[in-house]
Amino acid sequence: QLPLFRFTVKRPFSTSHSSVDSKEMKKFQLLAHKWWDEEGEYAALHSMNDIRVPFIRDTLLSMSSNYHLGNPLSGIKILDVGCGGGLLSEPLGRLGASVTGIDPVEDNIRTADQHKSFDPVLAKRIQYKSSSLEEIVEESMETFDVIVASEVVEHVADLETFIKCCSQVLKPEGSLFITTINKTQLSYVLGIVVAEKIMGIVPEGTHEWEKFVPPEELERLLESNGFSVRSVKGMLYNPLWGSWSWVESTSLNYAVHAVRAGAPAQPHATDTLPETELQQRSGTAGTA
Amino acid sequence: LGHDIHFHDKKIALLEAGPRKEYDHMPESYSNRVSSISPGSATLLSSCGAWDHVCSLRLKPFRRMQVWDACSEAMIVFEKDDLDDMGYIVENDVIMSALTKQLDAVADRVEVFYRSKAVGYTWPLPSHGCDTSPWVQVELADGRRLQTKLLIGADGHNSMVRKEAEIKNIEHQYDQSAVVATLHLSEATDNNVAWQRFLPTGPIALLPLSDTASSLVWSTSHDHASELLAMDEESFVDSINSAFWSNINHSDFIDAAGAMFRSAISLLKPSGTAVRQLPPSVAKVDAESRAVFPLGMGHATEYVQHRVALIGDAAHRVHPLAGQGVNLGFGDIACLAHHLSAAAFNGSDLGSLKHLLKFETERQRHNVSLIAATDVLKRLYSTTLAPLVLLRTWGLQATNALPLVKVRI
Repeated sequence: QLPLFRFTVKRPFSTSHSSVDSKEMKKFQLLAHKWWDEEGEYAALHSMNDIRVPFIRDTLLSMSSNYHLGNPLSGIKILDVGCGGGLLSEPLGRLGASVTGIDPVEDNIRTADQHKSFDPVLAKRIQYKSSSLEEIVEESMETFDVIVASEVVEHVADLETFIKCCSQVLKPEGSLFITTINKTQLSYVLGIVVAEKIMGIVPEGTHEWEKFVPPEELERLLESNGFSVRSVKGMLYNPLWGSWSWVESTSLNYAVHAVRAGAPAQPHATDTLPETELQQRSGTAGTA
Repeated sequence: LGHDIHFHDKKIALLEAGPRKEYDHMPESYSNRVSSISPGSATLLSSCGAWDHVCSLRLKPFRRMQVWDACSEAMIVFEKDDLDDMGYIVENDVIMSALTKQLDAVADRVEVFYRSKAVGYTWPLPSHGCDTSPWVQVELADGRRLQTKLLIGADGHNSMVRKEAEIKNIEHQYDQSAVVATLHLSEATDNNVAWQRFLPTGPIALLPLSDTASSLVWSTSHDHASELLAMDEESFVDSINSAFWSNINHSDFIDAAGAMFRSAISLLKPSGTAVRQLPPSVAKVDAESRAVFPLGMGHATEYVQHRVALIGDAAHRVHPLAGQGVNLGFGDIACLAHHLSAAAFNGSDLGSLKHLLKFETERQRHNVSLIAATDVLKRLYSTTLAPLVLLRTWGLQATNALPLVKVRI
């Protein structure tokens, strides 16, 4: 009850300071019970796990020196922002991580809680909370090793605020994983017209092309808010097989791995050239 | 699976209807239930550490397999170029004991319920949204209840798992039964050849167990099988010897046609006719070792369903003439374990159809052709009709001459 009360009071005052868009929330509310049907509306998100889970897992494994293959993410605290019904939280939990999943839509959290409740291992490893990112910042400063924002930033009202909040709740040198959709002509045709209106891969009205984020802009925002972008990879969905794969081009879907800069008192080699490197990168991005 | 690194913190339960079987050393006499283990299956067993135990108990490698027809002189010989072991004859008890030892080694992850029997299954609804558990519930005879994310049915050709899951099974009872026995040879020999002769009533096979003993697998009509079981030991031994040695089913026509084909081949491919070895003759049979089993063929239309997978005889059943039954099962295991391990490393729900279907496609592709071929061979060799005998005689001789085809087999 308490979170609900806080939530309804905050809403009218938070339009300019919150990254949550109320129109977006309504869209997801209607489909809250469809999350776990692997062949249903969210089938593409289910199969995205096949590439995004190994991406997160292998990146984290390569950054750590002692790990156990039977429990690869053990001891790692992950925040899943916009967790929806928990589609990504659950595999991360199974791999050993302690996951906190947050989502502003209460029905989603309810679905997620119910789904994990049957598995005694997951029930302990995952905690869900109905909340926006800003709301947990105060109580979770520098708490998480990893933040995952998968298929979220294209629904967010204020991206810069969102990134700032990520930086605040991440530990120094913590990792941020984002997957989202590029803003190109191709993504309009394939991502909206074909995917939503024609083939029904994505429920209609889920995305608004205006809110898509080009990787150059995402990188710019990340780098100017204390992150160092480590990798950007293109993703492609094949509707025939219902499967995702990694591709060279980022013109449709793409994934980003960024690391929050360490505390200023301990500069690392990678952090000493931020300004010049950034200008060079955005220069070439502009001409591409 | 218990030995797989990605299953480190998973829990596996194994329901075994029989008692625990572990041997430190084998009894003097051989068991009459043996299997022909292919090198691929041996690799699987050694990947979980069980093959070492098998080797330390007892097994017999064989280097050569001679298969011939009772109605003609046609013969085919299989052997590896480098004279490596083609396969191994191992008693089933030995394999069980080796596996038991390895199960003990992962007892913290795998719990074996000996002498247990499942009496009921409750299946989850595929898209769960209600309050009932999304897992499979298993009720045991002793009243205990287990629940699991994935139920693997490895309960033989009369699989209860398959029936309860309402998976349709294409099956066909052959009009044959297999008689098994442990035999003692007249004289000690290297005994590293497996022999099989196709009689019109069915194939008779002699599988080596040691220098002086061999295992018999004789597939024949139900009536003949009961006769064999009932007759005294001497007559039984005589029947076996005459089955391997007698030529009464030959006809002059077939012999002539076969000889002509053979000379044609030796012109085209001089190395294409192999040396014919003579099978050993049998002196006596172990008392109490004769047993009979009905034979049939079966194939499940689906190997998997949400949270269910079938492997081994539960999924497919073949005639023993190719010695492949258990090896198909081991192949299923290797494939399923591979997919489950990858799924576990991806954090997936183990019962999810996505990776289960990959297993099904891979194995069905492999198994269906082998099962069909075995069935065709069985039917082809069940007749004395001249045209079919000629066909298979020439076919066998040709296959014997073509190394490419033989290697594939």
